[in-house]
Amino acid sequence: MHKLKPRAHFALFVIFGFLLFLVGNRVDELRVYQGASIAVFVIAISSLILLTGYSGQVSLGHGALMAIGAYSATLARNEFQVPIILTFFIAVLAAAFGGALLGAAAARLSGPYLAGTTLALAIGLPSLANQFSILGGEQGLLFDVGWPPLGLGEDFTQYKWFFWIAALAALISTWLLSNILSSRYGRNWRAGRSNEVAAQICGINTGRSKILAFTISAGIAGLAGALLSMTIGTVSPSAFPLALSFALLTGAVLSGVSTLSGVMIGAVILVAIPEIADVVAHRIGSSENITTNLPGFIISALLILTVLFVPNGPVEQHRARAAKKLAKKAEK
Amino acid sequence: MQLLNTILIGITAGSIYSLMAIAFVLVWRSTRVINFAQAGMALLSTYFGYEAVTRIGSFWLALPIAMLGGAIFSALVEVILMRVLVKHSSSGPIAAVAPIIATLGLLGLIRSVIAMIWGGQDLRIPPPVSNNGFTVNGEVLVFSPLKLLILITTFILMALLTILFQRTNLGLSLRASAYAPEIARLSGVRVDLTRTLGWALAGAAGAVAGVFQTVNGNGNFSPDSIEFSLLLVSGFIAAVIGGLDSLLGAVIGGLFLGLVISFVLIYLNGGLFFIAPFVVLLLVLFIRPQGIIGAKAGRRA
Amino acid sequence: MTLNVSHLSVHHGAIQAINSLSLAIPTGALAAVIGSNGAGKTSLLRAISGLNKASHGKISWMGESILGDKPEILVRKGISHVSEGKSVIPELTVKENLELGAIWRRDKKEMIETLALVVSIFPRLGERLAQRADTLSGGERQMLAIGRSLMSKPKLLLLDEPSLGLAPLVVEQIFQTIRDLTTSMRLTVVLVEQNAMGALRIADLGIVLNLGKVVAVDHAQALIDDPAVRAAYLGY
Ligand SMILES: Nc1ncnc2c1ncn2[C@@H]1O[C@H](COP(=O)(O)OP(=O)(O)OP(=O)(O)O)[C@@H](O)[C@H]1O
Ligand SMILES: [Mg+2]
Repeated sequence: MHKLKPRAHFALFVIFGFLLFLVGNRVDELRVYQGASIAVFVIAISSLILLTGYSGQVSLGHGALMAIGAYSATLARNEFQVPIILTFFIAVLAAAFGGALLGAAAARLSGPYLAGTTLALAIGLPSLANQFSILGGEQGLLFDVGWPPLGLGEDFTQYKWFFWIAALAALISTWLLSNILSSRYGRNWRAGRSNEVAAQICGINTGRSKILAFTISAGIAGLAGALLSMTIGTVSPSAFPLALSFALLTGAVLSGVSTLSGVMIGAVILVAIPEIADVVAHRIGSSENITTNLPGFIISALLILTVLFVPNGPVEQHRARAAKKLAKKAEK
Repeated sequence: MQLLNTILIGITAGSIYSLMAIAFVLVWRSTRVINFAQAGMALLSTYFGYEAVTRIGSFWLALPIAMLGGAIFSALVEVILMRVLVKHSSSGPIAAVAPIIATLGLLGLIRSVIAMIWGGQDLRIPPPVSNNGFTVNGEVLVFSPLKLLILITTFILMALLTILFQRTNLGLSLRASAYAPEIARLSGVRVDLTRTLGWALAGAAGAVAGVFQTVNGNGNFSPDSIEFSLLLVSGFIAAVIGGLDSLLGAVIGGLFLGLVISFVLIYLNGGLFFIAPFVVLLLVLFIRPQGIIGAKAGRRA
Repeated sequence: MTLNVSHLSVHHGAIQAINSLSLAIPTGALAAVIGSNGAGKTSLLRAISGLNKASHGKISWMGESILGDKPEILVRKGISHVSEGKSVIPELTVKENLELGAIWRRDKKEMIETLALVVSIFPRLGERLAQRADTLSGGERQMLAIGRSLMSKPKLLLLDEPSLGLAPLVVEQIFQTIRDLTTSMRLTVVLVEQNAMGALRIADLGIVLNLGKVVAVDHAQALIDDPAVRAAYLGY
């Protein structure tokens, strides 16, 4: 496996984006919408991979961080008529700020304590929306990014517009992330994850390094949150349930938390699961109870099975197997 | 009068959190895992209790049935899931978080299976005695015969648990396996079996917590009951306050948390019931990271 | 020969700690196993008591193969292992630590009798029964560890460096106790020691390990007199 240079990386992303453009023009509205969802999940999952895989922390609160991004973007838009593009930056900043606070707490915690704390946050934060009337209570707030610019043509639909914004954001954030991860910070995180004491001896400030990881991860999650509410059109507590945090975790584990390269796998699976569940439910001609709960069932089952049998994710697994084969060949 | 109300409500709710915290502590001690699926198991046991109540009609028969169901289910989880987990993912980047992720997955799995079987609508366990408050000096308290009964039952169960742990061979095996599994094995304790037993006890404690949390509310419950999210968060926080390793700590942590929440809800704002425990958790973690009862091992473990 | 080990190999991952080792220890003997750090002494004891898996070889006890048996089973067959370091549970009281040793025996009356016996051997433990074990001194902890082991009424006692970290006077005392117990309770003892001289003085049989193999077996006194052993392990 050779490493790609950043510039080659960027070129790859541009080509990939162009392909997406071609595809986006040929498929129907539902697929375009799903494409937008995949882009949102790519962003959200990669933020979690950064945190879990590279800095060894588990967050069950990423749904809550997404909510912070979504609400602040919406408030900026509705209360101050901020231009759309700026609302996304505001989402990133607000969530990053929340992430920094959480990270400061997290730096002192490990494993189960951190997981429990972020879990409490994920359960507790949405209930705040009912406390402040400016947040719109259970119904939430409308979030409208407006119609696509006329220059894009008559048949350029709203969903296509969502897709474009989300895909562009995904490309940029993935590119940024992969650069950060291959930088000094990425190395520090990995060092801290595998052996905190050794990393400290090498002069890495593991506490600060963890907070930084949390901040960046939260900022990216905030972006995903704003984009999610863009595609839904509203922001409300019910858009960020605990199940969302779980789904993200499943996506991250399915992608393999130790590398960004599998992130599409998790995102595609998360978006595909409801549809697969639908087909399955149809096949077995099941009751409504089963149909509505099958997606959640599949997500949870996948999470458990992956942790049990492919704990490092399919990409890493494949890489390890290939390396073993190579080593065997070399031996001969 | 309001002060008395606040205290009594707090202690009742707190005793339920204590039971849940005990469940967390029992599992933590036997396997060094925070079982986030504990709330799911409590919910499942509550459904067992519901089935028993509707069939038999007696709350006091249904409670032990729920406990037994919870204990068996919990033991199965330990044998089927946790043992495999220890074997398969003991190394690699997520080894440290694999058990956390697995119990979360289990939480989701239990919830969706319950919803498949019983549906998403509210079911009801009627309280065994009246939930209308006592009248003192012509004033009606919120504290009711039901709450009194919950309080008495939880304290009896805790006393039984204490006797089990302090006075019996089984309790000695459980403690020895928790503190020093290798020495326990060399002394002839079947540590694997003991571990499973620890999970079973946790399942039973969680079952009582689930049933009581339900009847202490309005008696209604569903797969998405907010009461169970609260139970999960509060039980975990109470266990952390108590230092995660101590049963006594779990009891004190639960009562303390119950009182704090009760005071905040009644004197500050009734909508803060999720935020209050969260703030308590952060305060505890910042001020006394080793818990109020002070476990020796740090949280960085 | 009650304890028979033949061609035993033990691996820790890629490291081979025991390399096709064979030895035999007769009933009622006190065998001292000495050797430098990393020679494989602890690995040998742990393989006998079932804590470590052997990768190859045989172990038998009173004619019966015990290879692959778990420690909790072997205790029931009379094999008791006091592991390296102060092998007590600090969170439990002295009495609970002792009771733990007899926990697999359901007979409460027998347990109480054995407890009385152990307390008569180690009176200092008797005075501290209600104390938590972490309040004991190093020597008392070592007594407690041995006491817990005796509570199971063992026939084969495996002791891993009981003198570790103790003052010379206390070491002397512990060694003497081990010698007395071997005779009075008709135990077979495998005593692993860094304090080679002290161990050989009380032992019937001396076994020298190096790099996972037995390099010398003889009467303990003969080993003390052997110039090569003196130079390498006794330091004079
Ligand atoms: N759990 C383990 N994992 C890896 N290697 C081990 C393990 N236990 C022992 N070893 C290795 O096996 C070899 C023998 O170790 P062992 O503990 O049996 O030696 P010892 O004779 O008891 O030494 P000491 O006198 O220092 O206690 C050593 O090289 C040691 O590093
Ligand atoms: Mg040793």
